Amino acid sequence: MNRSGITRKLVWAVVALCVCVLIFAILAYRPAIATVTRPDPRLFDPALVVRGANLARLGNCVSCHQSASGRPYAGGYPVKTPFGTIYGSNITPDPATGIGAWSPTAFRRAMREGVGRDGSHLYPAFPYTHYANVTESDLGALYAFLMTRPAVRSVPPANTMIPPLGFRPLLAGWKLLFVRPQRITPDANQSAAWNRGRDIGETLAHCTACHSPRGLFQQEKRGAQAYDGGWSGGWYAPPINAHSPAVQAWTVERLDAYFRTGLSTAHAAAAGPMGSVTYNLARAAPTDVRALATYYAWQMRDAPAARLEPPLPDRQALASQGHPDGAQLYEGACAVCHEPGAAMMVAGRPALPLGTPLHEDNPRDTIQIVLKGLHPPVSPRGPYMPAFADALDDRQVAEIVAYLQMRHGTGPAWKNLEKDVAKARKEGE
Amino acid sequence: MIDLTVNGATTRLDIDPATPLLYVLRDDLGLHAAKFGCGLGQCGACTVLVDDQPVFSCVLPIGAIGTRKVTTVEGLGTAAKPGDVQRAFLHEQAAQCGYCIPGMMARAQGLLRKTVTPTEDELRTAMAPSLCRCGTHMRILRAVRRAAVMRGGGVVDAAEPVT
Amino acid sequence: MSSVASRRDVLGGLLVAFSLAPSTALAQTGGGEGSGGPPTIAPDLPGTLAKFPNLDAWIRIAPDGRVTVFTGKVELGTGVKTAMAQLAADELDVAIDRIDLITADTGLTPNEGVTAGSQTLEQSGTAIANAAANVRLLLAEAAATRWGVMATTLFTRDGLVLGGQGKRATYAELAASTSLAVRARADVPRKRREARQLIGRPVPRVDLPAKLTGLPSYVHDMRLPGMVHARVLRGPSSGTQLTPELSALRRQPGVARVVQVGRFAAIVGPREWPLEQALRVANRGRWVRDPSVPALFPMPAGLLDMRRESQVINNRRDDPGARGVQQLSARYDRPYLMHGAIGPSCAVALFAEDRLTVWTHSQGVEPLRQAIAELLAIPADRVRCVHREGAGCYGHNGADDVAGDAALIARAMPGVPVRLQWSREQEHGWEPLGPAMLAQVDATLDASGRIVDWRHQVWSNTHSTRPVAAGDLLAGAEVVPPFKPTPPKPIPQPNGGGDRNAIPLYRFPNQTIVSHFLPDMPVRVSALRGLGAHLNIFALESFMDELAAAAGRDPVAFRLAHLEDPRAAAVIRQAAARFGWARYRSAPNRGRGFAFARYKNHGAYCAIALDVERVPDEGRLIVHRAVAAVDSGEAVNPDGIRNQVEGGIVQSLSWTAFEAAGHDGARRTDYDWSTYPILRFADAPRSVTVEVIDRLGTPFLGTGECAQGPTAAALANALASATGSGCEVCL
Ligand code: FES
Ligand code: FES
Repeated sequence: MNRSGITRKLVWAVVALCVCVLIFAILAYRPAIATVTRPDPRLFDPALVVRGANLARLGNCVSCHQSASGRPYAGGYPVKTPFGTIYGSNITPDPATGIGAWSPTAFRRAMREGVGRDGSHLYPAFPYTHYANVTESDLGALYAFLMTRPAVRSVPPANTMIPPLGFRPLLAGWKLLFVRPQRITPDANQSAAWNRGRDIGETLAHCTACHSPRGLFQQEKRGAQAYDGGWSGGWYAPPINAHSPAVQAWTVERLDAYFRTGLSTAHAAAAGPMGSVTYNLARAAPTDVRALATYYAWQMRDAPAARLEPPLPDRQALASQGHPDGAQLYEGACAVCHEPGAAMMVAGRPALPLGTPLHEDNPRDTIQIVLKGLHPPVSPRGPYMPAFADALDDRQVAEIVAYLQMRHGTGPAWKNLEKDVAKARKEGE
Repeated sequence: MIDLTVNGATTRLDIDPATPLLYVLRDDLGLHAAKFGCGLGQCGACTVLVDDQPVFSCVLPIGAIGTRKVTTVEGLGTAAKPGDVQRAFLHEQAAQCGYCIPGMMARAQGLLRKTVTPTEDELRTAMAPSLCRCGTHMRILRAVRRAAVMRGGGVVDAAEPVT
Repeated sequence: MSSVASRRDVLGGLLVAFSLAPSTALAQTGGGEGSGGPPTIAPDLPGTLAKFPNLDAWIRIAPDGRVTVFTGKVELGTGVKTAMAQLAADELDVAIDRIDLITADTGLTPNEGVTAGSQTLEQSGTAIANAAANVRLLLAEAAATRWGVMATTLFTRDGLVLGGQGKRATYAELAASTSLAVRARADVPRKRREARQLIGRPVPRVDLPAKLTGLPSYVHDMRLPGMVHARVLRGPSSGTQLTPELSALRRQPGVARVVQVGRFAAIVGPREWPLEQALRVANRGRWVRDPSVPALFPMPAGLLDMRRESQVINNRRDDPGARGVQQLSARYDRPYLMHGAIGPSCAVALFAEDRLTVWTHSQGVEPLRQAIAELLAIPADRVRCVHREGAGCYGHNGADDVAGDAALIARAMPGVPVRLQWSREQEHGWEPLGPAMLAQVDATLDASGRIVDWRHQVWSNTHSTRPVAAGDLLAGAEVVPPFKPTPPKPIPQPNGGGDRNAIPLYRFPNQTIVSHFLPDMPVRVSALRGLGAHLNIFALESFMDELAAAAGRDPVAFRLAHLEDPRAAAVIRQAAARFGWARYRSAPNRGRGFAFARYKNHGAYCAIALDVERVPDEGRLIVHRAVAAVDSGEAVNPDGIRNQVEGGIVQSLSWTAFEAAGHDGARRTDYDWSTYPILRFADAPRSVTVEVIDRLGTPFLGTGECAQGPTAAALANALASATGSGCEVCL
């Protein structure tokens, strides 16, 4: 698509948005819900709190709602979208700056309809579009859990949305256009674990939020395109359906281990935003995690590797010829950990060619890992890789990535690598 | 042939360009401040500055350095004339065995080049890639806070005051 | 003396004249901790002077006025070099920068066995201080004779003896005609405290300017002319054997030589990096589990099932009639822990003219020399082990093994200095671990809330497999025929090994302390800072809190009520006061913890209070404040003491909150910092304060290990208090 084409589309988009605003101005109105005194945390049933904790972990809530310094649920964590940066809100029970003054009704409305207690519409970075199917009792458990967290007084920074999107009533139009709650009914042909996995994955865990492509208005594409791969925080979330590029099958066992440890010995370590997902899944109820693994292994049942795990290519000589600079950089910077015979390989860390990023149809994840390295996602013990962003320039990172893909990759050759490195650096800031 | 500029002096080297900088510093240039700790980019003992950025020299091939300037702790000052980061570390007696300390100083220098008024969190995050097994952390943090003050700044919410 | 040895620039020719004690006097040191060395021959003299009573074994004065001080102990990063220089300079009355300190060198220094157990100042420091006082008096007497006056009319200042009417003589000129090859006198007074200028002051470390500016300071930094580099080939961890592809290695560029002695194999070449690359080729070879090692890795509870030799180490019934009303029991354990030096072990060796010199960061050059001599089958007097600093070791790590490896390689290449550097993975995989341990404590309270009966049992492997013979070195098991390791022995009280600090300092009228020594070692283990004191104090001091709670007493008051030692009470009071124990207000998820111990019951006293928050939903701990009070007897260098205790607190937090070494039945599962994470800056306490109580005129008390146990217990106690402090459904 050429540039003027995009511009024209955008113009139309803005016009369309304005029309929506006009038409639905009245519909957009939501009343405030009266404040309540913060409920005494001791009055909640501890069993309910424990159940809520599990749900919060399955939902990975803390990822976006932590503070910039990592205080859970205190808000302030920046979520970057193409339309600006949204800061996760404070959902600790502090009455002034958190949700301490929210009644269960206000909480339910926020979760189900994406409307704050004061009646303002919430940005869909908060994935309420997925929560329509969360049961009443689960909502109650989540409420109990959040209301028993330590209250933290903290106001997150103001969102920086591009105009006119700072004007929240516009979101009512967005909702009208894109929110299509579908009832999830149990599939009698599938196991209980599968059904439970679908319940969690399609609702609270909101996996499609990252793993599905999005449209012009950041709406998730559902239906046939669901789980076709998407983007999150400058990382690519690969397809987790029949198009999964993994070169080894994602069996239930492997997925389960990956979710609980952040590492699959047949694939690689959880990186980027997936890291915090596994951090939380590692702390969730094992049966629920297993259920998720069951459902998503099923989603990937027709992926190429599920049928046949191909022999892994190692075109070392060819790649060295094709990318001599990359080969040299690899030798001095990467081989010490990744080359066969490196102590880490002898010890059983997954071999480089097993890593899904090398087989994705775009280079972004490989680039991000080189730039940012890896940090053990689940506990201090775990896969680690140093970041090379400060040590290597864009061209050098591109050389390494090109070398790696030529040596081990199975997809079509990546193009314009250097540009993508520059972009990845920018988005990672 | 590779031209390498370290602490202001350029040396021409006939060495495999894949060789990590650490070995070249220690074995060819006789600079011993950067230490071998893991060779894996995990501990920070080998940290040096490349164009003011702290990097692990054990996983940086010399062929990748190009015209960028390498600064090691030898380049920060000498025993007779220590630089300000070194003076701050001496003032706080921030060492036990001292093996990790040159890497710590390089990292501190990198941080202070960026800002002399970091927050305590920023300070700890900047130092995080470097490990110390002796447990000298408290003194290392004190030394960096002192160095920030010496440069006209200071850690804004310092966990311990500079006295 | 070989050419390399005479390169000891600091001393020039001076040393050649110094005759060593004959090697027959070098008794076997027996693997104990900090023990060993030759027999006591002058029991009236303090410290190691009792074994080496002649002054010239400790101090020599050169014609240029520089003073060389010899110690058989080594610098491990604890600052003892500085403390020794302070002692010598002050007692001698010379400026500290005129002191050159020579640390352990089997060719030069008194044999002081192993540097361990926080005994350096007690033994060597005491000797040096008294030797210096002796030398000062000798020089003054020489001047008195020269001037025909009474020595008592003279005084000394900065290397000069001064008399009335402008009479003055330098130490150097007096020393030229005064033999120091005389026995020290026991009755020479030490300097009065008012006259001291260095002892008791926070003198800056003498070694830091070099270390902080990149001057070669460590054995790792040695670069001798003609030196080659080496890498040793081993399986992934102790208990495995590698079959490297030696033929492929020989073809590998940069590998000049493959040295093979039995199963021992190493590669040698002029440059390090090609050897690192070759190591990867070697590691593609097959490794198998070493069949001679049992496939057993008992996690602490499994220790109970092992063969044991039990011994009651303390049993008293002072009040058999006491009536208990409440009985409590608890069990505590610790996993295997790693030393994890930041610099992997390294050694340089040169075999020339049938003599071997090894530069090593071993803690015990003398026993190492015996072990290497046996390994190479050469007389011990042909082996010289010279200490060079390494990264902090915290006990017996790979230092001795790498020295043995380097010796084997050097012997294969006469005349060529060989530098052997272990990899990170080799250090993690092969160093002896600190043993896992388990303790069971039972106690009875009487109606008034006093402990009337106490029973402590501890299960542990040995805490010292320090080499005394070739079989104790890794290479010793690889040569053919292999050497057998020395059978492990418990370290007897009052120091103790696994039972170190198992006997409480508290006054419990009735007590039984049982040490279960487990002679079979499924995993290679040895001394780790504090030995058994870490777990025993952890158990004792955690249990004291449980008992205090049961008795309804404040933990600090409860401890004081059971103590008679006034110095113990003083550190406890000091730490509590400085922490603000009485004023402390707990917050949700936040609590305080206290613990105390006197290390080995005869070392330094240390009390620690912590203020700790447990962040819910994260499991993360924030140590807001650590406050310690320590009594090390006479404080030679209070800042050095603070540094040790601060470091001990942080290291012990790391052990306690982050660390555990694992094994998968075939090999260890920790091979680098990602598999064996340790505390990083984010988890370091927000603040640490250490108060030093200086006890002038009392003996030096070892300090280096005194914080390990109390910190662990204080952390556990603080967490218990945080959990009990209205933690809002802690998850
Ligand atoms: S030696 Fe480079 S990071 Fe450890
Ligand atoms: S001071 Fe010894 S490792 Fe940091």
